[in-house]
Parts: sequence; C-alpha cells; structure tokens
Amino acid sequence: MTRTALPEPAALAFAVSARDRLALAQALNLLDDRRPAARQCAAAFLEALPAEKQEGGGHLIGITGPPGAGKSSLTAALIQVWRRRGLKVAILAVDPSSPISGGALLGDRLRMHASGADREVFIRSLACRGEFGGLSAEVWPMSLAMLAAFDVVLVETVGVGQKEIDVSKMTDTTCFVAQPASGDSIQFLKAGIMEIPHVIVVNKEDIGMAARKTLSELKTTLGRRTDADGWQAPALSASAALGSGIEALADALDSHRQWLLERGQFAARRRRCQAEWLVKHLREEFGRYGINRLGGEAVLFAELTDAPRRSPIAAYDDLRIRILPQD
Amino acid sequence: MTPPIKRDKPWLMRTYSGHSSAKASNELYRTNLSKGQTGLSVAFDLPTQTGYDSDHPLARGEVGKVGVPIGNISDMAALFDQIPLGQMNTSMTINATAAWLLALYVAVAERQGATPAQLQGTTQNDILKEYLSRGTYIFPPQPSVRLITDIIAYTVKHIPKWNPTNICSYHLQEAGATPTQELAYALSTAIAILDAVRDSGQIGAEGFEQVVGRISFFVNAGIRFIEETCKMRAFGEMWDQLAQKRYGAQSEEMRRFRYGVQVNSLGLTEAQPENNVQRIVLEMLGVSLSKKARARAIQLPAWNEALGLPRPWDQQWALRMQQVLSFETDLLEYGDIFDGSPVIAAKVKSLVEGAMAEMARVQEQGGMVQAIESGYVKRQLVTSHTERMRAIERGDLKIVGLNCYRETEVSPLTGGVDSGIMKVDPRAEREQIERLNAFRAQRNATEVKAALANLTETARSGANIMPASILCAHAGVTTGEWSQTLRDIFGEYRAPTGIDIPANDDSRGARAVAIRSQVTQTGAELGRPLRLLIGKPGLDGHSNGAEQIAVKGRDVGFEIVYEGIRLTPEQIAKAALEEGVHLIGLSVLSGSHVEMVEDVFNQLDQVGLKGLPVVIGGIIPESDAALLKERGIAAVYTPKDIDMNGIMVDILNLIRKHHELPPVAAI
Ligand code: B12
Ligand SMILES: Nc1nc2c(ncn2[C@@H]2O[C@H](COP(=O)(O)OP(=O)(O)OP(=O)(O)O)[C@@H](O)[C@H]2O)c(=O)[nH]1
Ligand SMILES: [Mg+2]
Repeated sequence: MTRTALPEPAALAFAVSARDRLALAQALNLLDDRRPAARQCAAAFLEALPAEKQEGGGHLIGITGPPGAGKSSLTAALIQVWRRRGLKVAILAVDPSSPISGGALLGDRLRMHASGADREVFIRSLACRGEFGGLSAEVWPMSLAMLAAFDVVLVETVGVGQKEIDVSKMTDTTCFVAQPASGDSIQFLKAGIMEIPHVIVVNKEDIGMAARKTLSELKTTLGRRTDADGWQAPALSASAALGSGIEALADALDSHRQWLLERGQFAARRRRCQAEWLVKHLREEFGRYGINRLGGEAVLFAELTDAPRRSPIAAYDDLRIRILPQD
Repeated sequence: MTPPIKRDKPWLMRTYSGHSSAKASNELYRTNLSKGQTGLSVAFDLPTQTGYDSDHPLARGEVGKVGVPIGNISDMAALFDQIPLGQMNTSMTINATAAWLLALYVAVAERQGATPAQLQGTTQNDILKEYLSRGTYIFPPQPSVRLITDIIAYTVKHIPKWNPTNICSYHLQEAGATPTQELAYALSTAIAILDAVRDSGQIGAEGFEQVVGRISFFVNAGIRFIEETCKMRAFGEMWDQLAQKRYGAQSEEMRRFRYGVQVNSLGLTEAQPENNVQRIVLEMLGVSLSKKARARAIQLPAWNEALGLPRPWDQQWALRMQQVLSFETDLLEYGDIFDGSPVIAAKVKSLVEGAMAEMARVQEQGGMVQAIESGYVKRQLVTSHTERMRAIERGDLKIVGLNCYRETEVSPLTGGVDSGIMKVDPRAEREQIERLNAFRAQRNATEVKAALANLTETARSGANIMPASILCAHAGVTTGEWSQTLRDIFGEYRAPTGIDIPANDDSRGARAVAIRSQVTQTGAELGRPLRLLIGKPGLDGHSNGAEQIAVKGRDVGFEIVYEGIRLTPEQIAKAALEEGVHLIGLSVLSGSHVEMVEDVFNQLDQVGLKGLPVVIGGIIPESDAALLKERGIAAVYTPKDIDMNGIMVDILNLIRKHHELPPVAAI
C-alpha cells in the first residue's frame, strides 16, 4: 500500500466540519488528486459535507485585479480585521504557473505572512495550470471544503480583462483591486469588457494624488450603474501598507453578503456559482459541442440552478456521461 | 647613500570578528590589536542585528554564534573594556539597529570619559541593501530610510569624525551582482539616502557638503582583479560627478570616494579550501594596486570561509596577507600605475556607461526605494546569480578544485580536533541569558519606562531618534525593548524574494527536460503536481542557496512554496500542512542547524506531519551532517554540491521512496 492511500470520505468530511486542520489539508490534497479513484472519493467527500454551510453559510469572496495591485497585501490586512471580529479565515491564492516548465512559484503567502502562526487562518496556494482562465478548476470544490470549516473564504486570482475575472462568477462577492494611475481597468469597465465587481477598491492610497485621481475616475465611470441583480458597487480607497480603509473595505464586502441574504438570493447565488463552474468546466473539455448536446447554455443553466444539491464532481460526471456518445 | 624611499601610509587593517560574549570578544580584540591590527570591526550576533533580546524565542540557537551579543549598556562596556574609545577606530556592521548600537557606543564612551567629538568609526547603517542581500532589516523601507537619515544628521552635527553610513555594494556582489550592478545599485542607494537627508530638513544647504563628505562605501573585490580595479576607478569617477552635479559639493576633498573593503567570499570554496588563500590575495590586489582608487580599510576572510567560522589563527593568517602586501612589497612606493593606460580607461568607460544606464532605469521607477519595494532590483540580482550558478554547473565558469582539477591529496589543514573551524561553546547562550536577567533585575524600572516612553514619543513625532536612544542606553533599556518599541510604531516588513524571474535557458537543456518529465510523471503517479516547501528557519538571512534551489525547482517542474527568510519552525510546519507539500527543504547557513532541525521536527509532529521527508542545505560540518541524519533528515547538502540538477533528482527520489515507488533511473 502506498502512503497516498485514499481517506474514508465520510470520516474526512466529519473531521473537516469539526475544523480539523490536518483533515482539511488532506481534503484539499484529495480535491487536487486527478486519479480516477481519488475523484470518486472526492465526490463522496463533497457529498458528505453538511449542506447548510455550502448553501447558506459563510462568505465566499473573490479578490482580483492586475498583477502587483496589492491583492495579497490587502488580503493580509483584511485577515487582521476579520480575526479581530472573531471570524475564522481561509484563503485560496491562485498563482500562474511557468509556461515552460509547468512548475510554479507560489508567492502570495509571503505577503500574508503576519498570520503565519494563527491557527484560525488557513492559506492554500494553487498553481493555475494553464487551463480555466485565471482560475484553476480546483477552486470551486476547494472553496466548498473550506466553507465547511471557516467563516470567510477568500480566493485571490490575477485578473484584468473579461476572461480573467471569472472568479467573480464563482464567489458570493467579488472585490476588484485597482492599481493607482493605471487606466486599464477603467477602460475595461467603460467598454463593458469587464463585468462590474461588487466592490472596487483603489489600493496604495498612501502614494497620494495618483490614487485619488484613479478613485474619482472610477466613481465617474461607475456612476449609478448596477449589476444584473440591482446591486450598486461602491468604490473605495485603501492602503494595505498603512492599514487604512481596511475596516471600511471589510464592511463593504459584508454589506453585499447582507444584501444577498436580505433579498433571499444567497442560496441561489451559490447554486449559480456551481452552475457556472460546471458549464465552464464542460466548455473547457468539450467546447460548444458539449454544451449544445445538453440543450445549449440557457437550458443548461436553468436545469442546473433548479436541480437539488449535488457535489460538483458527481454532477459533472453525470453531465459528462450525457455528452459522451455511449458505446 | 640613497635617501629612504617615501612610502604611502597603509590602509586600516581590520578583522571582522566577535563571538560568544562581550568578554570573550574583548579579549580577542585586544589580542588582534597587539598583533598589529589597526582598527576594530565588530561582528554582532543575529539577535542583536535583528533587535531581539537573547531570551526571545526567535533568538534560540543564535546567541553569540556568528557575532557578539550586545543586549544593553553593560555588554557594550564589557566589549570595550580597556580599549579607549576616544582613540580607537571602530567599524560596526550594524544596520536596522544601528541607531541603538551607536547610542550604546556613545553612552559607553561618555562613561569612559571621552566626548562624542573624539569618536571615530563607522556604522554600516545601509538598510536598503539589507532588503536585497543581507537580510537583517526589521522595518519597512520608509522608516528605515528615516533611521539612516537621523544617524547621518546626528553624527554630522555631534560626532563629526564618524562615518554614519557605509553604502554597501559588498553584499550585492555576494548575492550575485555583476560589477555594473554593484556600481548602479550602490550609487542609486546613495542618491536615495542623500535625497532623504536633504528633504528631511535636518541639515541646511550650507552644511550639506559636509554630509556628502561623510558618506563612505563598503565594496567587494572579486577574483577578476583587473575588472575590479576598473570598477573602483569607475566608482571614484561616478561619485565625484554625482556629488558635484546632484549635490553641489564644491571641494574635491568632500567628493572623494572613500571606501572600505571585504574581498569576495562567495567564490571561496569548501572543496580544496587551501586554494582560497590565493584567491583572497589576488582579490586584495583589485582594491590596492591603483593608488587613485585604493581602499581606506581592508578586512579579509579566512581560508576556511566556506567551512565555518574562522579561529584566531585563521584570522591571523588573513591579517598577515595584508601586512605582507603593504610592508614587504613595493606597492606603496609608487603613484598610480594605471593612469594613462588605454586598456584600463576603456574598461572603466564601459562600466560607467553600463552603470549609468541601469541607474536611469532605477530612477525611472521612482528611485531605489521603489525599485526595491517592487522587487525589481532583487529580481535582477537573482537573475545574475542564477546565471553564475548555471555557468559553474556547466563548467563554463571555472573554479579550481570545485568544477575542475578536483583530484586532491588529503588536506592537513582540515584535520585536527576542531576539523579546522571555530566552534562556539553551546553554554554561551545560556550564560548570556543569565547575564541579561541579572542586568534586568538591577536596573531602575521607572527610568527604563520613562526612557521608552520618550523613545515612543520621539519616533511618533519624527524628531531625531538619536538623543532619545542615548537616553535609553544610559537608563538600561535592552536591545529587544528598543526594537520592540519601534516595531510597534513602524511595523515590520518582508522583502520581495526576487525568485519570480523567467526561466533560464538551461532549463531548456536536455537534462532539465528529462528531469522535468520525471517530475511530472511522478506527480501523475501520486495524483497531483509535486510540491516543495523551501524554508529558512531562524534569524539566518543567507538566502542565495534557498533562492537558487527554488528557481531550479520551478524550472524542473516542481511547485515551490518559498516565503523568504526568518521563519519560525512553527510557521514552516504550518505552511507545510496548509500547502500540502511533498517534501520540505531547509536552508541554514548561520550555524544553528541542529537547534532548527530539532524544532522543525517537533512542530511537524504537532501538526500531524511526522515522517514528511525533510532535507537540509547550507554550512553544515560533516560531523553535524551525520547527527542530523540520525535525527531523521533525509539528505544534507553543502556548498560543494554544485550539481543542482543532481540535487533535484535526489529530491524526486526521496519523494518516490516516501511513497514506496522505485527510484527513477539516473538522469
Ligand atoms: C554569500 C554570503 C553572505 C551574503 C549572503 C547573501 C544572501 N542573500 O544570501 C552576505 C554578505 C549578506 C552574508 C552575510 C553574513 N554572513 Co555570510 N556568507 C556568505 C558565503 C560567502 C557564501 C554563501 C552563499 O551564498 N553561497 C552560495 C549558495 C548558492 O550556496 P549555499 O547556500 O551553500 O547552497 C548550496 C548548498 O549548500 C545547497 N543548499 C543550500 N541550501 C539548500 C536548501 C535545500 C533545500 C537544498 C536541497 C540544498 C541547499 O545547495 C546550494 C547549491 O550548491 C558564506 C561562506 C561560503 N563561501 O560558503 C558565508 C557565511 C555563510 N556567512 C557567515 C556569516 C557569519 C555571516 C554573517 C552572519 C556575519 C555577521 N556576523 O553579520 C552575515 C549576516 C547574514 C545574515 N543576515 O544572516 C558564516 C556562517 C558561519 C557558520 N555557519 O558558522 C559563513 C560560513 C562565512 C564564515 N566562514 O564566517 N554572507
Ligand atoms: N505603497 C504601497 N505599496 C503597496 C501597498 N500594498 C501593496 N503594496 C506593494 O505592492 C507590491 C505588490 O503587492 P502584492 O500584495 O504582492 O500584490 P498582488 O496584487 O497580490 O500581486 P500578484 O499576486 O503578484 O499579482 C508589493 O511590493 C507591495 O509591497 C500599499 O498599500 N501601498
Ligand atoms: Mg498576490
């Protein structure tokens, strides 16, 4: 027997919900494991996680923005605020991998170092291995596992244009971090290339003028626009370096969660996230052909958001079987 | 009868030293002075350099190891017992806590009856290069620049013969910098610091020339001694221009490029260590041959540099090299022997041009502080060092005894009971903690509290930090207390690691490709990509090895988690768990490997990762390697293991073995 023997799914799910850190680490390893037997085990594990946390509990946040904008530094600062508020925090940090070697340097952890000894903070890095836009296919299932044990789960990804901010479709609340003096994000917003995030924050306000200017431009661009659900995104400014504006940022993120809850949209959004993940995953594997075989995108989304809760892996395997010609 | 030949005065001769305790170091200094050494160069231990008291958990294993522990005024007084500070010239390699150690020095001098105006010496006080190479920074760049500025402003006014900052290119070369990069980054640092002093308003325009004149440099001299000679001439020319054009220094005296040297140690080998003697002597030529660009002070490493700490005899041998050069040879009898040489002039010109171009790139990014914060400069250094390592690995850069002419007789130098290095008595740490406790018990707690409150107030207000620090010194504040007060106000910082550089061409080479495919294959067998955690436990700031292993690992297909220097064993175990790594690679060069390994294993046990393979690399004497393996370390690597691809194959096989898979065939 090799030492990578698969865990017993129900016991693992139980231990994860009881916030056993070693169990969570093993669960994340399992969700990363591509061997067929591991996939089955992972599906059973996800199925065995208690439903409440996944449908209505916790807060799943995406943080995205251009390289070097300060996503990790802001995350570090947010962690401190959340911890002071008594919340337990898990982070999934997605870094690009080397196109040449397939290897990766997972560097976001460094900036979140201050939480390095806190047992109520759990940070897992992920290499986005080429596929899945700026995301990694493991992000959604891993988020579910983390939600079972932590109050706030935050996913960091690099993103500027449309494709890269896909994280916004797989989280409750998305925060876009803008780089002062860089017009790119504003252009993308204006042109409608980039979907409007739920919260926009201009980081590095400590550098002064440039940050203030970017903030006011963003405010003008956003105007009174709302997203499809009617949420109007606030634009804030902060400095991860000075720790300024972080409480307000945490508040803004939480307002969006409250807003979803008050309007009874929270569970629906989580289902939508899973549907988005499934469709994206199918598109990666089968292209438009696959989606069409299942009746096209609109039909598929309707079907998936209505369906009873399933683990994403099991749901995916079912869809796959429906696409693949039977022999 | 021929008249006696007029000889130039030789440079200051120093030996960088300090260990165990203030008392033991004081004895060593007095012996060194009696052997003809003309100045002191103090090496502090890592807790002192990073602002921790000897009993702080992070200090474990490091107290008195690589330097002398100075925790308060009584240690400082013991260090200079019977050494009259009014007459001595003392160089202190101290940076983040420079203001504090200078305060202690001033306070002890006052107690000896000397006035600040009499004091001569140097505080290294270049915190910017700490972020790039040396690693003993504490605070973020902005407050660090403020501390540097405060020391400069204070000494120019009150200790006029002091060299308040030694801008260092030495450490940049030790982290892989090319001569051009050394020139560019040292001078960019000088700009950042002088601009900050000017903008602080502490010195009026009329006194500014004085400030420019007090700036000195600490440089490196590598084995390519002709190029190094040219580098020194380039430094002189560029500094002269900068001082004149940017800072309006009129007098030639104030524009002179004054520098001290430690010669290159990165190229000193563990293999056939006796060859290091030739290297050191040749390197000394680069900073002494050209009279125009000759060093003011020289300190040399010892032949056993790559084995461990030097013993008094090893240091004496290094001092004698300087004495032979200056007293036996005719070097000091001539004017500049390179003036008028077109070959030298052309080389100098090309170095100046290259450096100017790089300085412009730094200025475009907003200056040195910004280029450090963004990680740009560190990435440039890691890139250069990676190229150097690959050249050694390929055999293009020849290092005798290491990658060519490797056959050797057994060296008589490394035999003997101490295997040729100095071992610090393990009791030193405990005794230092006892002294610290005794000191704390006898001081006046109210005075200490008041002095610290005053320090807090000063740090917040932006007033010069020195007077408040000197008050703290007299009151009996400890190194840890002074530092913690400022940590609470300024915050702490982690510098960019610089390892996020593009893959080197060698990673497309046949061997790297073959290893990569095995790494991917094993990842598939185990279900997910292979992950390594590269960890630097303790206060050790030597990051070169960890960086090179990280970049190499990425290039052969591993996923690498590396969080930079100065982690606690607890943080390492926590990261290993959270990141689901397949193996941990520790890197320790400071000599605290035994304690660190023990602590890391304990922590791994606690998080439930007992049995996870752990390897270690660094300065690890053979006898300790055996001990570490007994304790469960899977493999030990030292500087002679230059086959980085080979190390990667080893690591792969260790992971395979752990999972009961057969090893891959030799690659
Ligand atoms: C370069 C250097 C520096 C540079 C470091 C730059 C940097 N950012 O790394 C500078 C100038 C800053 C420096 C400073 C100091 N240094 Co120093 N330094 C060296 C030197 C000359 C070379 C080390 C090096 O970088 N080699 C190149 C790298 C690539 O080699 P390496 O780390 O050995 O790695 C190889 C293997 O060991 C192995 N490996 C290493 N780590 C790992 C990890 C894994 C996972 C694996 C698989 C393999 C592996 O693989 C590598 C490939 O071959 C050594 C002496 C020597 N020649 O070895 C002294 C030395 C290490 N320094 C020493 C000291 C004392 C200091 C100071 C503490 C002095 C002081 N009192 O202030 C300071 C402070 C540093 C600090 N903050 O801790 C001592 C340590 C003494 C001891 N262990 O007993 C040494 C041995 C010199 C001496 N004889 O006195 N230093
Ligand atoms: N001046 C200033 N610099 C900041 C601030 N926040 C982050 N930085 C700096 O910006 C750089 C990038 O910060 P990160 O937090 O790593 O940014 P990131 O967006 O996570 O970067 P990637 O993950 O590499 O895309 C670092 O050098 C930080 O020190 C801030 O508030 N002010
Ligand atoms: Mg980041």
